[in-house]
Amino acid sequence: MPGPWAFLFDAAACSGCKACQAACKDRHGLAVGVLWRRVYEVAGGSWARERDAWVPDVFAFNLSIGCNHCEAPICVEVCPTGAMRRRPDGLVVVDADTCIGCRYCAWACPYGTPQFDDASGRMTKCTFCADDVDAGRAPACVAACPMRALDFGERAALEARHGLDASFFPLPDPSLTRPGLSIVPHRDVGRAGPRTAAVANREEVGG
Amino acid sequence: MTPPPRKAPLPRDRIVRVGCPAHNCGGRCLLVAHVRDGRIVRLDGDDRPEDTLADPQLRPCTRGRAYLRRQYHPDRLLHPLKRVGLRGEGKWARIPWDEALDLVAGEMRRVRATYGNGALFVPYGTGSYSQLNGSVVARRLMNLFGGCLGIYNSYSWAAINVATPYVYGTLHTGNQRQDWLNAKYILMWGWNPAEMRDGTNSELFVRRAREAGARTVCIDPRMSLTAVSLADEWIPIRPGTDTAMMSAMAHVMITEGLHDADFVRTHCVGFDATQMPPGCEGEESYRDYILGVRDGVPKSPDWAEPITAVPRATIARVAREYATIRPGVLYQGYGMQRRAYGEQVVRAGCVLAAITGNVGVHGGWASGLANQPDGGCAWYVFPTGDNPVAASIPVFLWSEAVLHGKGMGQEHGVIGAERLDADVKLIYAIATNCLVNQHANINRTIEILRDESKVEFLVVQDQFLTSTARYADLVLPACTQFETWGVEDGWKYGDEVILMPQVVEPPGEARSDYRICADLAERLGIGSAFTELRDERGWVDWCLDHYRRTRFPGLPSLDEFEASNAGVYSRPVTRPEVAFEDFRRDPERHPLETPSGKIEIFSQRLFAMGRPDEIPAVPKYVQEWESPFGPEAARFPLQAIGHHTLHRVHSTHDNNDWLAEAFPQRAFINPVDAAARGIADGDTVRVWNERGVTVLKCRVTPRVMPGVVDIPEGAWWEPDADGVDRGGNINVLTSERWTPLAFGTAQHTAMVQVGRA
Repeated sequence: MPGPWAFLFDAAACSGCKACQAACKDRHGLAVGVLWRRVYEVAGGSWARERDAWVPDVFAFNLSIGCNHCEAPICVEVCPTGAMRRRPDGLVVVDADTCIGCRYCAWACPYGTPQFDDASGRMTKCTFCADDVDAGRAPACVAACPMRALDFGERAALEARHGLDASFFPLPDPSLTRPGLSIVPHRDVGRAGPRTAAVANREEVGG
Repeated sequence: MTPPPRKAPLPRDRIVRVGCPAHNCGGRCLLVAHVRDGRIVRLDGDDRPEDTLADPQLRPCTRGRAYLRRQYHPDRLLHPLKRVGLRGEGKWARIPWDEALDLVAGEMRRVRATYGNGALFVPYGTGSYSQLNGSVVARRLMNLFGGCLGIYNSYSWAAINVATPYVYGTLHTGNQRQDWLNAKYILMWGWNPAEMRDGTNSELFVRRAREAGARTVCIDPRMSLTAVSLADEWIPIRPGTDTAMMSAMAHVMITEGLHDADFVRTHCVGFDATQMPPGCEGEESYRDYILGVRDGVPKSPDWAEPITAVPRATIARVAREYATIRPGVLYQGYGMQRRAYGEQVVRAGCVLAAITGNVGVHGGWASGLANQPDGGCAWYVFPTGDNPVAASIPVFLWSEAVLHGKGMGQEHGVIGAERLDADVKLIYAIATNCLVNQHANINRTIEILRDESKVEFLVVQDQFLTSTARYADLVLPACTQFETWGVEDGWKYGDEVILMPQVVEPPGEARSDYRICADLAERLGIGSAFTELRDERGWVDWCLDHYRRTRFPGLPSLDEFEASNAGVYSRPVTRPEVAFEDFRRDPERHPLETPSGKIEIFSQRLFAMGRPDEIPAVPKYVQEWESPFGPEAARFPLQAIGHHTLHRVHSTHDNNDWLAEAFPQRAFINPVDAAARGIADGDTVRVWNERGVTVLKCRVTPRVMPGVVDIPEGAWWEPDADGVDRGGNINVLTSERWTPLAFGTAQHTAMVQVGRA
């Protein structure tokens, strides 16, 4: 059995176009307000007047995040019903029949991954398009990316090539959950911090 | 004779490869539609197994991927609607198709009999944009009916279409995009392929060029997604001042001897006094202008800094980089030519490309419009026929032709006739929101349309009750591209033919644009002349023949193409072509199609127009008619620009909730300007000038430069009871004044004020 799977995201190349987000919503029929994949705009910096010129010291980059199908998923840990579980193949899934919609998982997940669906009153989340991947196809978000900035692979292979330890603002410490997420950093990730940058599009990623 | 009905019903369950419904987005992409029980339930992107540089997958953008929210929107028009209240009042009665078609045919006859064919008008519009869907079918109908007032040029490219040939004698100035991998330097000047899609995969080719070693610089008033993801450096510039920076770059090159003097000597005219055209020997050359020989103002970086707000050292550095890191690409975006004197920036960019010797070489780029050297895509293939009415107007001046068409002439850009012989009295608007939403100065436009003595009959054919449709006398429900047959080749770059088979049945009583016009033709006694006994698929077959005869000799038959379910037939680009290669090698044997046969830095034709202040013979920076430097800035100190958002294609998709969720309509404003006005991120703001007011939420962001408020164009106009727009439509603020040479839109030139609502 191949897997467990992980995502590879090239933050330097991501344009923030959200084709991944729309493809995900189409693939899984998600309502407005339910974002199994979210694209965060991280921005910061300021402007200075230099004689008659305006000089920017501004930076921005995008982060496209679905579910990282973590090795130590907090969402599973905090779930009171066992609805959220990590399968033997590494995929973290939620069982709608068992879920009571208490949202503990959403509060606990540092990536904002579990998404409450108003219509069903249950939590929902990225499935890594397991059916597609099992059939030898890419997850919908990966296949969609016009910039070819999103990819996937076996966790061990991505860890060997790119590491799974991306750690920059606003990402949490990867040791918390051991996410299946490799990131090629944008040049400006080093400039971003809690005092120097913000998620500038909060309203677009669920507040 | 009505086209024969389709023989077999559509399959209820299947997977179909189909071109993404095109709306003039600049992409031409491939979707895979999953149909269950007669309904599209899922859209995948191009799934061809190979994804190579020569023949990359045509992956749709977020708009294509979110298309089902538009396709199955609850507000789709399902029945013909006749106005029962005043124009624009929004009162409608549902009527049968027969009555609707009789009404249109009757009005066409009446207006023709009363005013002549020149009073009939089919406006510019790109809301449906395949070879079979959209306004082209109405043009064919009108032409067979004796013609209608013609249009030329576009809202998108008015100045660049007109100005480029003054320099190069052609619009085919671009290399094929794979050639960007040969560039060492790429200046993306006001160009934003990551958001507007300037050809499917253009953003990907820039990425690959960077990986191949090109340094990339983005010059733009906003830190666009292109600046974030494709540029090594972002340089903000005050809108409307690009020509000043370009001139200052030329100053650096000339004074430091960095320009390609050999190429200029052999391939250009008008650069300096040694190469002025005959009869203009004593006139001001480009070098004279740049060095300030006549006006005493050297166009140096010191001069340009207070105009452009770009530091003088930055201007000088970029000039040195572009002049010495060769070959290089200066790609001109289109937003900066949709401005006052938009012709100047086009010519100035071309001149920089020329004097740096970047013309006719691999890895270079001549600038200008940059259609493809091998001819590129065909744009229009469906045969509209000849228009018996010889007169045409620039698309942007349609409102002038309504107000005072009769007698309008050359001074309004009329071509084909000395004067128009009628005002526009009947408008047949298909797939266009250019009458209200996308035209300048909406509050002016609606006053014109409200006056029923001017336009006597306005029929709008669309998929939704758009701002334009709200002013119609009759609204006809049209198919989306998934509901009828179509075909297209690529956009601008175009190395593919993409089939658009009918995927699903139309909802309600919606009909295809072609079918509606065929039914009208039948009533007007020109039915078989219109259809030639073809249905939509029959015309797709006709178009495929055209493609086969021109750029795609190996294109399969329609039956084979459809049966293969391939969706796309491509010509891989393994050896990218370069514009002007022959001219570069031997300018005497392969002259340009300019009067001199050379690159015209000085244009004798423009000189002869005798309007040096607005149409100078060499490209010059001209202060805009609304500007931060003019007296209007006291009341309206901010420049309003309207970038092309990923939420929409112009006004199409504004009502798409997935896209509104992803890219909500906001006024983007710099923290400096926000703080000065007590505005906080997320506040609702009023943006106004003498032409109108719009109210929308704002986002305070350092990604737009101080002095600029950015309101993405295309939001649907939603006036409240006081006429205040609540939809965030920038066109309540824009001006109907046109550019001097191209008679093109200058909608991006608008000064405004912003305050908390």
